[in-house]
Amino acid sequence: MLDVNALRNPRVMITLLLLIAAVLVPFFAGNFLVSFGSRIIIWTIAAISLNVILGYGGMVSFGHAAYLGIGGYAVGIMAHHGINSGFLQWPVAMLASALWALAVGALSMRTRGVYFIMITLAFAQLIYFVGVGLEAYGGDDGLTIYKRSEFAGILSLKNRATFYWTCFVLMLGVFYLCHRLVQSRFGMVLQGSKSNDLRMRALGFPTTRYRLTAFTLAGAMCGLAGALLANQTDFISPAMMHWTASGDLIVIVVLGGMGTLFGPLYGAIAFFVLEESLKPLIDWVRPGWGDYWRLLFGPLLVMVALYARGGLDSLFERAARPRHG
Amino acid sequence: MDPQLTLYLIQALNGLQLGLLMFLLAAGLTLTFGIMDLVNLAHGSLYMMGAYFAATFISLTDSFLLGALLALIASLVLGIAVEVIVMRRLYRRDHLDHVLATFGLILFFNELVRAFWGPAGLTIAVPSWLAHSVQLMPGVIYSAYRLAIIAVGLLVALFLAWLVTRTRTGMWIRAGASNRTMIGALGVNVQLLFTLVFGLGSVLAALAGLMAAPIVTVQIGMGDNILILAFVIIVIGGIGSIKGAFIAAMTVGMIDTFGRAFLPELLKLFLSNSAASTAAPALSSMMIYLLMAGILVWRPTGLFGARS
Repeated sequence: MLDVNALRNPRVMITLLLLIAAVLVPFFAGNFLVSFGSRIIIWTIAAISLNVILGYGGMVSFGHAAYLGIGGYAVGIMAHHGINSGFLQWPVAMLASALWALAVGALSMRTRGVYFIMITLAFAQLIYFVGVGLEAYGGDDGLTIYKRSEFAGILSLKNRATFYWTCFVLMLGVFYLCHRLVQSRFGMVLQGSKSNDLRMRALGFPTTRYRLTAFTLAGAMCGLAGALLANQTDFISPAMMHWTASGDLIVIVVLGGMGTLFGPLYGAIAFFVLEESLKPLIDWVRPGWGDYWRLLFGPLLVMVALYARGGLDSLFERAARPRHG
Repeated sequence: MDPQLTLYLIQALNGLQLGLLMFLLAAGLTLTFGIMDLVNLAHGSLYMMGAYFAATFISLTDSFLLGALLALIASLVLGIAVEVIVMRRLYRRDHLDHVLATFGLILFFNELVRAFWGPAGLTIAVPSWLAHSVQLMPGVIYSAYRLAIIAVGLLVALFLAWLVTRTRTGMWIRAGASNRTMIGALGVNVQLLFTLVFGLGSVLAALAGLMAAPIVTVQIGMGDNILILAFVIIVIGGIGSIKGAFIAAMTVGMIDTFGRAFLPELLKLFLSNSAASTAAPALSSMMIYLLMAGILVWRPTGLFGARS
């Protein structure tokens, strides 16, 4: 799978170094960095799932945070009722997200283009308001989770480092799954449907079925990210599925590079590092203005949309090109 | 008059008022969407900026009307600036780029407001000459300010209908919505038309924002949630259709108002009091999205939408 020549490609090198550095984080970093790293990894998993349908499938889902929420609420609600086994919680989180994605996908696939964007948004808002209306589980204020998922004593997620590595291994698994998926016949049909759906259908592929399967799978993956997120913050609230969270996910995917395997990782790192570093950076240049870091971040997004469509991945790719002709 | 009927009447007026406000917001959105094929998430920011401009200008001039007028002019300038600086470069891109860039604009404007006006919300007082109630019918007493919103909303709706169906500009707008390339080839200055329509949309959004300001609080992000509703409206109505936007806005206004007014009582029949009061607003919001999902499943391009 990995050929040695590939190592000469800066993109592969960067990714490998990043991953190796990421494994080592809990050994040298303080509590803050480990939690920060877990957050990036969890959002990477969510972004990978969005990348499958957005990047490879060309489906602009503007409601992807709903699956984060469903996954999180599945864990939170079960914990609230004293069911703490992760062996039960996490599959339920994934299954619930997958089922909702299946329903949303089946209805949304009837529409195209901007109507698709809006109908996915509408369904996400629906789930958001379900969260707001769930008085028994905190409504608008959310719900504190007092016990993280338990894995029969094998794993203690209360330990920061263990939690971090758990997320990391899951992220690697999701990366591998995404890689295999994209390279498979299924993935080819999905990408073919992105570039020319009519032609794929003329060739005899029932593309809607393929797209729906991808949509459902992405929902399940994002549900897992939601379960992790609930464990990381020990808290669930409707805010995690607000439409701006769906917007953040799109930003991460595009920032990293749509339709590229490791784009979501680059995107999540860039997004959260920018979020954390712009504030002190601005404070350093102009004391007191750090609070208004979004004044820079907003236009930065505009610039990315206008001039850097390939995202960070294409930047690395471009860095790779001169040396290889 | 029967008190139950009075209640229905007043709620219907509330629904009409909310629907008209949302129509003002949705009209600009559906025009830019229809003609330029532009997904503008930042439309809600102009709604917010309209309210903030009004708050400033009204306190400076001590006159609601003068302040509102200045706020509209400022919003027009701002809208045109946004079009020239950012939007113009986006027309030929795909929807994902629109979403990303205008999402960035939302962050920018929210932060700008926080830096300039501070994080606390502002209030605009109802102008003294409208701060009373009017007896419409025996027993039906309604706020004069809300009546004024209804009147302005209806006037603007009539103006838009006239503009779009009876004038040359309107003809270009309709032609632009059905075939952009063709009207360019026929010698219409498409660029100028786009700028004008965007400016008009900005003014309408700002008008909605400043009229809503005395009823709601002027706060950061006030445009974000109502923007999503405006999108729901234009998608239900069919993108590019003013008529569709009007009908959808009325429907959404009524559903939201009646849901909030009557669902709590209904839910109390089988839920505890506190559960009912939490669930009811959520449920009435959900009904709007359910309606939209249902309509899109039934008619994938909205009620009056031509293009997909």
